[in-house]
This record gives sequence, C-alpha cells and structure tokens, in this order.
Amino acid sequence: MSRSHTEGIRHAHADGTPQEGAPTADGRTTETGGQQAETGGRTAKTGGRTAEAGGRTGVPARPDGAATALEAELHRLAGAVPDPELPVLSLEELGVLRSVQVLGPDRVEVVLTPTYTGCPAVETMATDIERVLHAHGIPQVSVRRVLSPPWTTDDISQEGLRKLRESGIAPPRTRHAAGPVPVSLGPTRTRPGSSAGGGSSAGGGSSAGGASAPGRRPGHPCGPHGTAAVPKAVRCPHCGSADTELLSRFSSTACKALRRCLACREPFDHFKEL
Amino acid sequence: MTATAETAPVLALGDDALVLSHRLGEWAGHAPVLEEEVALANIALDLLGQARVLLSLVGDEDELAYLREERAFRNCQLVEQPNGDFAHTIARQLYFSTYQHLLYARLAAAGDGSGPLAALAAKAVKEVAYHQDHARQWTLRLGDGTDESHRRMQRGCESLWRFTGELFQPLGGAQGPAEDVRPGSRPGGVGDGGLGDGGLVVDWAALEADWLSSVTAVLEEATLSVPDGPRRGAWSAGAGRQGVHTEAFGRMLAEMQHLHRSHPGASW
Repeated sequence: MSRSHTEGIRHAHADGTPQEGAPTADGRTTETGGQQAETGGRTAKTGGRTAEAGGRTGVPARPDGAATALEAELHRLAGAVPDPELPVLSLEELGVLRSVQVLGPDRVEVVLTPTYTGCPAVETMATDIERVLHAHGIPQVSVRRVLSPPWTTDDISQEGLRKLRESGIAPPRTRHAAGPVPVSLGPTRTRPGSSAGGGSSAGGGSSAGGASAPGRRPGHPCGPHGTAAVPKAVRCPHCGSADTELLSRFSSTACKALRRCLACREPFDHFKEL
Repeated sequence: MTATAETAPVLALGDDALVLSHRLGEWAGHAPVLEEEVALANIALDLLGQARVLLSLVGDEDELAYLREERAFRNCQLVEQPNGDFAHTIARQLYFSTYQHLLYARLAAAGDGSGPLAALAAKAVKEVAYHQDHARQWTLRLGDGTDESHRRMQRGCESLWRFTGELFQPLGGAQGPAEDVRPGSRPGGVGDGGLGDGGLVVDWAALEADWLSSVTAVLEEATLSVPDGPRRGAWSAGAGRQGVHTEAFGRMLAEMQHLHRSHPGASW
C-alpha cells in the first residue's frame, strides 16, 4: 500500500487533469454526486438531494451537444451572474459553474463548485443564480454544491484572466500540469541585490534559488527542489514589470496574495495558483 | 453524540479543523502586523470551510459545533493549545499543517478507499499546501532571525512537541484507554485500516516518518534544533481522539459556544 502512495497521487491528478479537454461537466458531476450529496447542508434539503444524486448516476452523461436549447439558455444566464467578490468576472469565466440541468417541467438543478472549501461567496452565488433563473420563469431552482473534481485556477477562462489583469489583479500563472501547488521555500523579495527582512529568507532563498534557478529571475518564487518547471514571474498588472515582491501569502480573500511592484511601487493582489 | 466506526475519522478531522480555525480566529485584532492578521484569518476560513463539510457528513454542523460537550470532541490536543505568542502559533501551524497536508494527500490518493473523505481531501490538500508554506516561511524567518525571535521560535517548537505523537494515532480509536492506541502499541498491523480507522487505509507509521523528516528539514534550515522531548509514552500528551482534552479547551469551547447556547437558532 505505502509504495503506491505517490503513484496514487499522480494518478488522482491525472484523472483530474483531462477535465480541461472534456467537453462537458456532466460526467464529473454525476460521478461525484453520490459522494457530495450531503456536503452542502445549507444549499438544499438533504433527503431529496441524495435521492436525486443517486438517481442521476444511472443516467448516462450527455455530451455537450445534447443539452437542450433551454438548458443552454439557462446555463448562459446562470453563467453570466457576476462573482460576488470579483464582480468583473462572471461565474462562467471563473469556472465554478459545473452544469445546469432541467429535471422536470418546472425544476432546474444548477451544480456549483467553490473556489476554496470555505469560500463564503458560494451562498451569494447560489442566491443570485436562483434569482436570475426565477426571473426567467423557472419556479424551482436548486443549487447543488460539489467539491469534486476540485476547482483549480486553470478553470478560469482566458477572457477571465484578461479581465482580472485589467481590473488590477495579477492573474494566476498558468498551468501546473498536475500535482498539488508547489510549496516554495524561497525569498519573498527577488530583486537582485536586495536582502530579505531578517536575513533568514534571503539565506534560505539563495540556496534554493541557486539550486533551481541560476538566473534568479525577478519575481521568481524559487521552487525548493528545482524539479518543477520554473514558474513565470508575477507581473505587475499596472505597469507590467516582472520586478515584484510578495508582501503576504493571504490577501483580502484566501484566493489572493498581496504583492508590490518594485518598479511602479503599487501594491496589487495576485490570484494565487490553486 | 456517538460516532460510528465509519464517522469517527470524519468527526476527528472535522473537529481538528473547527478547533484550530477558532484558535486562529482569536488572533483577529491581535496579530503583530495587519498582513498576518489577514493571513491567519484566511487560514482560519479555509479550516472552517473544511470543518463545515466534514461535520455535515456526520450530522448537523451547528449542533455538532455548538451543542457538544467537551468530552464529545475528537480533535487532537495540539490544535486546542492556546495561541501563546506569535512564534508559538507558528510552531503549532508548522506541526499541524505538515500533518494535514501529508494526510490529505494520502486520503486523496486513496480515492474511494477514503470513502466520504476523498473529495474533501482532494480539494483541501491544495489549500493546506499554502498553510504549510506560510508556516515554513515564518519558521525560517523567526528561527533564523534575531536572537529573540530564535529563542521564542525554539520555545514554541519545544513546548508543543509532546502533542505531536497523537497525530499519528488511527483516527477511529474511541474505545479503550488512551495508552492502548498510542503509536507503536496499537493492535493490528500497519495499514490494516479495519481496526479503529473506520475503514480508512492510512499507513500511519509511514505518515509519521514523512512528517518527521519534513519538520526536521524546516527546523534545521531555520537553525533551530529539533526538540528531543518525548512524543509518546507516559510523558507525552494526547488523548484528544478519545475525548480527553487539556484545561484550556473547556474555556475555548465556552467562548465558542456561548452565543449559540444563549440564543438557540439565532441568525442574522
């Protein structure tokens, strides 16, 4: 058993990764329905939901093209709802809207996934979606929350990334192909010649940086083991400089880190890779 | 509240997340700098989200959080320890987030073998990676900082060391005296999974070895010495998984629960 742990991890992520190419979210939600049926206690009634989830597992996932015109329309409406914390993004662009399914003449189920497990915005998203679909003449809207497969910043659309940048938030860097977020032990400040506060981070960073990134690129958070691809610099969304420093790993929300541009001196939020 | 064999591990991990979340929340208004206040609150929020999912798998989240007595909580004693100074909190974060990250990675990798925990573990492991990163960075800064920060970081690491052996007990062991389920003396072989682990398949000995090597690496890089006190046996601590808690926990619960108990069902 123990020997297969790491293989298992890779396998699990390999399973999750093809989602980008998958044409529809239906497959994943039906897979996870049973598991997640009870987790969203606040969103819907437990009993009914479990039964629904169980029942739907038997229904073969439809390819995207087979969604009815109504479902496509409702998906578009629900997807256009703005994110409550980052209103420049729609839920579709954020990639948290998993599916919209018509279950009966007056009944629609929307499947959402949170960005972070504790994201408090999910309840507002659910309320907003319900309101929009009610206004479109759907009397019964249930919003189900699923955790699996986990949302990643790779689920943000290209359009979403562009809008983030335009609103002054450095978008997540692309695409760690698989695996958990690489944990870095590097310096928070990467400008050549500067010393990080207390001398400790600089000490830790120079060894890590020396091992993995000879150039010590500005803004490079220094992967500790030098195995993964060197992450690209986080660029200032205001002036585009790559010469930026980390002020805090957690900013106004859990999904963002606080950085400062060393060229234009502006502080800015960075949407962390997840 | 009696946990079945199947829900015991879920309850234990849910209580870990809930209790640590509350402890970290106590830093609001007190953290040394604003950025850290926000960071600790964000970590607390992540943990609260995990706790809500986990407790909802066992029963009603509010009843479980607010209406249980102290002896019904199954969190490890490490997470209930008072915040102390900032270095003390960081030591607690380092020990716990390293454990949680390793454990969630295994539970996520086991997939269906982790039952209802699998989805949460796969989701939360990525969040916890940031918590661990945060704790490591601060451990480095404080340990390899000034004489005073080094002294305090060392003190925090040492005073919490005896609570870390408990982390590697199987999660379901609600029966029997505490001594019987300590690492090294538990019944059943490694990874048997069926005895006192609610069907989870976790190789606790391997998990502990990985934890030790990860924590040791950080402490050494931070110029700190690895504490040499006992982590198991008579002079160690830890029977939280059996519902036995340290003195400070009762006061924490009183604060956490009093509003809900005074105004049942209140909402805003």
